[in-house]
Amino acid sequence: MAKRSIVPFGPQHPVLPEPVHLDLILEDETVVGAVPSIGFIHRGLEKLVEKRDFKQYVYIAERVCGICSCGHGLGYCEAVEQVMGIEVPDRARYLRTIWVEMSRVHSHLLWLGLLADAMGFESLYMESWRLREKILDMFDETTGGRIIHSVNCVGGVQKDMDSTMLQHILQAIDDIRGEMKPVVETFMQDYTVQSRLKGSGILTKEDATALGAAGPVLRASGISYDARRLGYAAYGDLTMEPITAAEGDSYARCKVRLKELFQSFDLIREAIGKIPDGPISVPVKGNPSGEFFMRIEQPRGEAIYYVKGSGTKYLDRFRMRTPTTSNIPALVEMLKGCQLADVPLLILTIDPCVSCTER
Amino acid sequence: MNKVSKSPWLLHYDASSCNGCDIEVLDCLTPKYDIERFGIINTGDPFQADILLITGGVNSQTERVVKQLYSQMPEPKVVVAVGICACTGGIFKECYNIKGGIDTVIPVDVYVPGCAARPESIIDGVMKALKVLDEKQKAMKEDRR
Amino acid sequence: MDYKSEIRKITTAEFFPAVVRMKAENWRLSQICAVSVEHGYEMSYSFCLDKEYRMVTLRLEIGEDEIVASITQIYPCAFIQENEAAELFGVKIEHIDPDYGDRLYRIDEATPFKKKE
Repeated sequence: MAKRSIVPFGPQHPVLPEPVHLDLILEDETVVGAVPSIGFIHRGLEKLVEKRDFKQYVYIAERVCGICSCGHGLGYCEAVEQVMGIEVPDRARYLRTIWVEMSRVHSHLLWLGLLADAMGFESLYMESWRLREKILDMFDETTGGRIIHSVNCVGGVQKDMDSTMLQHILQAIDDIRGEMKPVVETFMQDYTVQSRLKGSGILTKEDATALGAAGPVLRASGISYDARRLGYAAYGDLTMEPITAAEGDSYARCKVRLKELFQSFDLIREAIGKIPDGPISVPVKGNPSGEFFMRIEQPRGEAIYYVKGSGTKYLDRFRMRTPTTSNIPALVEMLKGCQLADVPLLILTIDPCVSCTER
Repeated sequence: MNKVSKSPWLLHYDASSCNGCDIEVLDCLTPKYDIERFGIINTGDPFQADILLITGGVNSQTERVVKQLYSQMPEPKVVVAVGICACTGGIFKECYNIKGGIDTVIPVDVYVPGCAARPESIIDGVMKALKVLDEKQKAMKEDRR
Repeated sequence: MDYKSEIRKITTAEFFPAVVRMKAENWRLSQICAVSVEHGYEMSYSFCLDKEYRMVTLRLEIGEDEIVASITQIYPCAFIQENEAAELFGVKIEHIDPDYGDRLYRIDEATPFKKKE
């Protein structure tokens, strides 16, 4: 007869940079259920739309999460622009795309490092983060900030990039691409890594849809859905196909993210090749009136921004549904049947971003 | 500072930050900034930590945790508030679920402002914290005499 | 590909059958959003069809004290967002599985998003 016990996991845990708590129901060493509890970093940002007008709120939206900050700014601005019917200049659309793809590279490299750290693979962790610094240096050069960039604004972008900067970005992604080779080989072929990732935390295609998973978790279960295909910002002019894997295990999720890194390099290169000259923003007149659901693809998956305005400076309601919110039910399903020792690693494979989830 | 008198261990806790400062704190440990060259190690265990790095403002959820972590650390201990949210509440100050900076809950010795605080300034803050740690150590020794 | 979301207004009576139909047609639940309006709430349930990149939002308008049935029996993943709506807005949602009983975020202030009289 297996012994049933409940093991609390978190909130402060060495693997997680952020506090999240799970009550794991165990039978001996096997997890049979998990109850997530969140709320440690809930700030109530959505409520702040009543105190900040819709142009100022961009800065709050960017600070929902430090990792996907650029994307949150973009999603919010695109939603407001849709409500107000603003046509963003072409150069601004391309600049946004370049920055958002750069932040995807930085986010995925960060995740690879954390995954390696969770396995105790210290040197791989350090190597991933060393490569990530090159992208952060480019953010520093082009926007003046490493983590929070504040480049998006309603009606366009605030900063322009000159041709030297664009050349530097190309140089940086070429450097990373070259140096990524051994990292990719280690993640994909190393025996130790494979033994931790292969076959663990399987999410079937049916479950992925039924549990509403998003982003790389959804694509690693064989569903070809990438919100970038909708063609917001400049994605409509660029060529890309969603990257999928069929297995649905941790290894597949890792593979999808590694391939997306290289996809982002290609997208940045293509966008820099096609970027037109021209103005970077248009003046914004009037106040938003109406509502819109905007879908964009964040590094962690599809995020939804809902904006509702009634013709005043202050929005009635802003809501964001972030990818981690929809990946938590999938995580609970993945955890069932795994060993206690695999729990930290499985939590990492959905790339949790708790401050996004709780806002 | 010419000499570091101790190899201090760090404990990092995210009170309610946006992640930005957290990844910068982690960044300090990685090859480019490499805080380990000062003999500093990031530990997950409050019982072995000398310096508590806190990011983000405090809410009633994390208040307990912050107090508990602080009480579990051995004397002498130093608290560093990283980022403007940890210093004053920052951009989130007016949110309904934010009480304010870390100093509303536990005493803070070093403030590192910035949104997000850059690794250079975090390292600088930790070095300042070391000085405070030295002073506290000296004061404790004198008390014992 | 159209990235606009089609918004369908439905009544409380039509709501449950509509969600069941969505499930049968293999739509993925993408978000639930509550909005406080005069004398009640607007609940929006958005669904995505992955193959066609389509998004449909079911819009339910309810009174302040009206009870909505939880859709967790059909879409189990709805529990986080339904608990959130119940806790932050005070929407009365019945039979959420698992029901956190307004203790998801454990905030000090009760229903901060509710329209104050």
